[in-house]
Amino acid sequence: MKSALIRYLPLALLALAWELAPRLGLVSPLALPPLTGVLGAWVDLIRDGELVTNGASSLYRAGAGLALAIVIGAALGVFMAWWRPVNALISPLVELFYPMPKSALIPVTVLWLGFGDGSKILLIFLGCMLPVTLGAFNGARGSDRVLVWSARSMGASRLRILRDVVLPSAMPELLNGIRTALALAFILLVSSELIAAQRGFGYLIGYLGSSGSYEGMFAVVLTVALLGFAADRFYQLLVQRLLQWRE
Amino acid sequence: MARVANGTAPWWRNLAWGTARLLPIVLLALGWELFARYGNVTPFMLPRLSAVCVRIFDDAMTGELFLNVGLTLYRALVGFLISAVGGVMLGAAMARNVSIRWFFDPIVSVGFPMPKIAFLPIVVLWLGFFDVSKIAIVVFDVIFPVVTATIAGFQSVERELIWSARNMGAGNRELMWQVMLPAALPQVLTGLQVALPLCLIVTVVAEMAMGGYGLGGAMMTASRFADSRGVFAGIVEIAVVGFVLVKLMAVVRRRLLLWHEETSTTISMR
Repeated sequence: MKSALIRYLPLALLALAWELAPRLGLVSPLALPPLTGVLGAWVDLIRDGELVTNGASSLYRAGAGLALAIVIGAALGVFMAWWRPVNALISPLVELFYPMPKSALIPVTVLWLGFGDGSKILLIFLGCMLPVTLGAFNGARGSDRVLVWSARSMGASRLRILRDVVLPSAMPELLNGIRTALALAFILLVSSELIAAQRGFGYLIGYLGSSGSYEGMFAVVLTVALLGFAADRFYQLLVQRLLQWRE
Repeated sequence: MARVANGTAPWWRNLAWGTARLLPIVLLALGWELFARYGNVTPFMLPRLSAVCVRIFDDAMTGELFLNVGLTLYRALVGFLISAVGGVMLGAAMARNVSIRWFFDPIVSVGFPMPKIAFLPIVVLWLGFFDVSKIAIVVFDVIFPVVTATIAGFQSVERELIWSARNMGAGNRELMWQVMLPAALPQVLTGLQVALPLCLIVTVVAEMAMGGYGLGGAMMTASRFADSRGVFAGIVEIAVVGFVLVKLMAVVRRRLLLWHEETSTTISMR
């Protein structure tokens, strides 16, 4: 308890500095509204439901895109590791597209699907798929040959080997790839909503900012940032659970 | 996909291998062209690749291409340099000094997984719409992977190396420059390799959100005028710039780590 207190004291100090700097007139409260004001604005946004409705549509977009990316990306990655011709065909493409900034696709998804949910889900799906694919591929390729051979000699079918040997041994790297994808999903979500949207966190940030209610803008920015942080921590806990069977 | 780098394989084998690896990309380009030409899409949804190439060529002739690429690269690379230098310094200080570590550790561990691009409107509020704010958001976003990689690198330096250097009478400065930094270099470079494409991403997003010149801004202008050729030209340009940056970084890594065993054994382009 005490060690946690000491560990997180710097964050409390930062929060205190944030509160005091505008109150003491060191910075203009317009540029940095005091923390208590931001918290008040947060409560107001929750109460009139704006944060909740916009947040729900944001989370729906991120969740749908990420789920698609995980299912299709993992299948593709395992397939690439399992079957060499697929690998030869796809891996140069993966190598070409991996370093490409996916946010460059924002205007195209808008051209194709408009300003609504569809364009965001497509963008998040496209952006998150490659890390998942790569994780699944590396994991499945690294699965122990001896295990595969013994399973085969014991008469397991190919499908059975895939399910019982290759998938579990690909798990750690796959889960790692999904962690990257999770962070990317938040980044792509916020960027696309900041640039072109009529709903969602990013839209709300832009709207509050341009209408001059900076306290509200800070509140939403903090909410998104903390959600991204919490999602990552929660995911790590989940992964620890899932991988308990490995020592 | 590890390739043997030194010239043990005959040259024609390397050439054939390289061509084979290019084939899927050629197929993709061909597929794009044919699908746009004969498929069930309007040129607005998917302009032909040849039309996009003509567009890029026209932009190059008017000089707009170089202006946009140059501005984007300038913002991304200045941001990269600042976060590389600052991140390595902060990471080294955190690895060496307990109180600096105490102060920054929770900040880094909370800040690292945050979607920092959400802070863009705040940065704009503070610094305005010009280069400074774009570079600032790049640094804010990109410094985290550099710092964490540097800390990890410094912590993995073998104690024996430090002890022997001390034993031979190395001072703090010598220890830092001649032992710690080179030993931590592989991991620091990994952090920088993560950081470089990230710089480009953040720059492009910031340009898209703020408008104006630069690759991202040009794409947004094209999108607003429903100029889909311009949008796709932007994608191709950004993809090429990103690809070149990542490959250059891999070359730099190999140069800097010539003495390290990872270079002499196998080289994976990732």
